[in-house]
Amino acid sequence: MADPTIDPATFDALKDMAGADFVDELVGTFLEEAPQMIADLKGAKAGGEADRFRRAAHSLKSNSMTFGALTLGGMAKGLELGGLDAASPDAFAALDAEYARVVAALEGMPRG
Amino acid sequence: MAEAGSKILITDDNKVNRLLLSRSIELLGHRVASAENGRIALQKLREEHFDLMLMDVEMPEMNGFEVLEALSQDLRLRDLPVIVTSSLEDVTSVARCIELGAEDYLHKPVNPTLLKARVRASLEKKRLRDQQKELVRRFATSEVAEDLAQSGFALGGRHVEASVMFCDIRGFTSIAESQPPDETIELLNTYYTLMFDAINGEGGVVNQIIGDGLMAIFGAPLPLVDHARCAVRAALEMVDMVEMFSVERAAADKPPIRIGVGVATGPLIAGYTGTQRRATYTCVGDTVNLAARLEAHTKKAGRGILIDANTRAVLSSDIAATSEGEVLFSGKAVAVEVFSVAR
Repeated sequence: MADPTIDPATFDALKDMAGADFVDELVGTFLEEAPQMIADLKGAKAGGEADRFRRAAHSLKSNSMTFGALTLGGMAKGLELGGLDAASPDAFAALDAEYARVVAALEGMPRG
Repeated sequence: MAEAGSKILITDDNKVNRLLLSRSIELLGHRVASAENGRIALQKLREEHFDLMLMDVEMPEMNGFEVLEALSQDLRLRDLPVIVTSSLEDVTSVARCIELGAEDYLHKPVNPTLLKARVRASLEKKRLRDQQKELVRRFATSEVAEDLAQSGFALGGRHVEASVMFCDIRGFTSIAESQPPDETIELLNTYYTLMFDAINGEGGVVNQIIGDGLMAIFGAPLPLVDHARCAVRAALEMVDMVEMFSVERAAADKPPIRIGVGVATGPLIAGYTGTQRRATYTCVGDTVNLAARLEAHTKKAGRGILIDANTRAVLSSDIAATSEGEVLFSGKAVAVEVFSVAR
């Protein structure tokens, strides 16, 4: 079975640990920051900046895993480990599509 | 819980990580500040006191390695425990951080149970180190405390050539019995303040206090030029101070106090004794025994300060020493010549 867009167990554990209200805010922060990370990935690929690429992939991976966005996190990890060579147009398209699903799933999560 | 309410700095360039770690730490009962890169972290560490830092490795402007290097070169921040937070893939970075002095590491996303355990362990270690430093600081000059901190509190021993001093208050038990307990403690505190001033002023280190008695070492753990002369000068100063203190006491209708001081010079075995949790710098050997016997003999000889022949041999003409003849101390095979010193 493929990883779910948001792993409920991870997300619930996060809420239990940090509190539901806090996680709401944290999701908001992630949704503000993540587009910049994805833009950084694409910009770094276009500019051939391996270091910047790896760092952006690393951040996206780390934050995705925090919320249980395992598929997105797995893709980001692939990019982090694979470097610029892993950044095919297909890979970016898949990443964009999965990120859209993550946004929808996080915004649809029960509040409070 | 002794470590609750500590102040912890979270350093991470990623906002989500920073917020989440801050929240987790606050939930453990600690106060939190955060920094978004190494440069800002160092700035904050130099401005206010922190008990612990949790730090990411990869950061813009100044990364984790650079921060650890800067910390190790900063006397005030050298002992700050740092827990490095990194991803699982970063094993080499973690190893390098540990080599650079990081206390521990945590993988991200951070597991709350592990976080709690690591934070608690690091704070506890910090507390013990602070306690040990405080202990040494109280019993030594700041230079010695610094030297001991740098040597890492090695518990090993070594041979040194130094002077040892013992001192106590004559008839202290009867003084203590004749006055209220708070006055006795106040008397001891004043007495120790005066004695520490005189001893530290001549480069000596008080390493033990028991009741009204103290032991001090001149020439260890740090070498001291003319340690025997310094010890005798300190002894003379101590007697003077106690005389002045007695004049003050007389004005308040309190009995005078007198002290006896013994000084011996020679080879010693010096080192830390105790455990990692509680250790004290001390010296053992014949020289130490002799100094203790000389101090005890001051009462019988009716002299304030008694010294041995080794100490006498290095005194210059400005300090007059008078032979008090040979004394056979209990436990010693041969009699030794003792000398009294006075202004």
